[in-house]
Amino acid sequence: MKKKGLAAVALATLMVGTMLTGCGGGKESKDSKGSVYYLNFKPEADAQWQELAEIYTEETGVPVNVVTAASGQYETTLKSEMGKKESPTMFQVNGPVGLASWKDYCEDLTGSAILDELSMEDFALKDGDKVAGVGYVIESYGIIYNKELLSKAGYTEKDIQSFADLKKVAEDITKRSDELGFSAFTSAGMDGSSDWRFKTHLANLPIYYEYKDDGISDTDAIKGTYLDNYRNIWDLYINNSTAKPGQLSTKTGDDAVAEFTTGKAVFYQNGTWAYSDVSSLGDENLGMLPIYIGAEGEENQGLCTGSENYWCVNAKASEEDKKATLDFMNWCVTNETALKAMCGSAKAMPSGADGMGFVIPFKKNLDSDNLLVNIANQYVADGKTPVSWNFTTMPSEQWKNDLGSALTTYAADQTDANWEKVEKAFVDNWAKEKAATK
Amino acid sequence: MEKTLKKYWPIFLLPTMAAFTIGFIVPFIEGIYLSFCEFTTIRDAKPVGLQNYIEAFKDTTFVDSFKFTTLFAIVTLVLINVLAFLVALALTQKMKGTNLFRTVFFMPNLIGGIVLGYVWQLMFDAIFQKFDTALKLNEVFGFWGLVILICWQQIGYMMIVYIAGLQSIPADIQEAAMIDGANKMQRLFRVTIPNMMPSITICTFLTITNSFKLFDQNLALTAGEPMHKTEMMALNIYDTFYGRVGYEGVGQAKAVVFFAIVVIIGLLQLKLTRNKEVQQ
Repeated sequence: MKKKGLAAVALATLMVGTMLTGCGGGKESKDSKGSVYYLNFKPEADAQWQELAEIYTEETGVPVNVVTAASGQYETTLKSEMGKKESPTMFQVNGPVGLASWKDYCEDLTGSAILDELSMEDFALKDGDKVAGVGYVIESYGIIYNKELLSKAGYTEKDIQSFADLKKVAEDITKRSDELGFSAFTSAGMDGSSDWRFKTHLANLPIYYEYKDDGISDTDAIKGTYLDNYRNIWDLYINNSTAKPGQLSTKTGDDAVAEFTTGKAVFYQNGTWAYSDVSSLGDENLGMLPIYIGAEGEENQGLCTGSENYWCVNAKASEEDKKATLDFMNWCVTNETALKAMCGSAKAMPSGADGMGFVIPFKKNLDSDNLLVNIANQYVADGKTPVSWNFTTMPSEQWKNDLGSALTTYAADQTDANWEKVEKAFVDNWAKEKAATK
Repeated sequence: MEKTLKKYWPIFLLPTMAAFTIGFIVPFIEGIYLSFCEFTTIRDAKPVGLQNYIEAFKDTTFVDSFKFTTLFAIVTLVLINVLAFLVALALTQKMKGTNLFRTVFFMPNLIGGIVLGYVWQLMFDAIFQKFDTALKLNEVFGFWGLVILICWQQIGYMMIVYIAGLQSIPADIQEAAMIDGANKMQRLFRVTIPNMMPSITICTFLTITNSFKLFDQNLALTAGEPMHKTEMMALNIYDTFYGRVGYEGVGQAKAVVFFAIVVIIGLLQLKLTRNKEVQQ
């Protein structure tokens, strides 16, 4: 009896064995050109990447597979995809914190052709001496506004030069919202599709000013010097919006877009990437303001500009695949069709669809017809200082989630006790999470 | 025939054994191994000893999620089983349309947990909106919301098991009890329920383990809001795994602890109810 048990186990192992070798054998027969598997971060640019991939395959015969992670699910998707045998050869990290978890997977890009194309040194993401990633898009965010509605309320952008101005205008609109028929701000939705606008992007401003005061670019213990300003701007957002503050946890990103494009609100905090969502209002009606929080020197503050999108090449892929990936990356920023697809907006794709509308930190960057990008450039030309993206130094996803949760709780019941929870989530958790992820 | 069967049984067992090995045994052993490692993906694990387990128990949200899950499991265990039993009793009486009702009660079980979570969230929030609040703002709402959702989903399934149990009780026992003068209540508690113990064992086992392992409904309905207060164990593990750089191993360690807890509770419960089963 025992012998037979052994026989069964042996047979089972044998079968498993043959199955595994069977899989392995299939892979070797692939041709030597290698292939590219790009795990794309931007759902809004999925169609464009799919089209580019097809064009590239047609031109060179190298298969390019583009998979896009659902909004907010990039890290999750990347982790599971990387564990597979056919893992992404081209992926992205969001800056120093993201790099910390993926540095063993990032091929050193030193000496690669794409680095020579880079027009701004800062956009090479370094890990010691090694170049681990290369930023491929420059983005800016601020408060997008509807010019038509603003003038209906009796103001122009010239009236808003500081937090005090913004507060005055917003509260005046709220007071007259019944008569005007619109609110000041779109709903500050705290649903997962929209909460990053506040727990990450808005939270960048108090961090930026604190870093600036201290002359640092990262810290293990944040002090929260500008948290009162954070509270002021958050109060302004939630109490002058289309939705009641208690309803924010149910509001989504799509809700905010819909409110903005149907003229229910004047202000909408988002960035250049949202141009295609709001362009239906017409370029003449769109403007963008810096997010003023009432910090000293904010009269010279511009939009928040930076990148959290760095391309990396999977160091654990086969040599052919790595080469194919580097070639594809280089093609994206040098080939005319690809450049048009990346930088152009209306009808820039060969198929006639809209392009991605990026500004890319590469030598061959094309002039953009993304209005929001041009506004951002105008601020720089006018001598305003862009606010850097310091949220890439936020310690962990956990930190952001807990801050978001505290903000939601505070919005529903705006007491000092609840704001203390936000402060705790901001300051105490920062130190805790930084220590935990060391 | 008998002889050849004896000789060749390993071959017949092979497909199932292989599937079980690939699908369960190998990942399970690898999972335990990974709980002692630091890793980003499973391909580059470095052993770190007991560090992950120490971190896991230091995390207060993990202990809190255990308490929340236990409370949830107890409440749903009672509610689902009592209600499912009553529905099963009602639908085994001679009345019109029992088949239709059985189908209707069973249907929610066929809908995926994520979809259910979002649908119920919309319904709850539509009501809470009238009172200017929302499901994600209050852990009491979140708790009862989850309870309602799970009851709605699982009562139908347990009902089917109970109906099968009820129908398998021989009519002559009931008849004999009736002739002996037992009233309705006595017949239910002294005859029906003791004879139903095998079904009750299965149903309590299923409900208790389902409640402990609950994940998608939790994720979709409350996502642990507010502030991890409605976070159940499986969701806590998920958040640990993905929430911080370098915490994959800790999440894995929590998962192993979680497995041990579910097994212990499942076995205890089986032992308790098995004792009460009677021979027919």
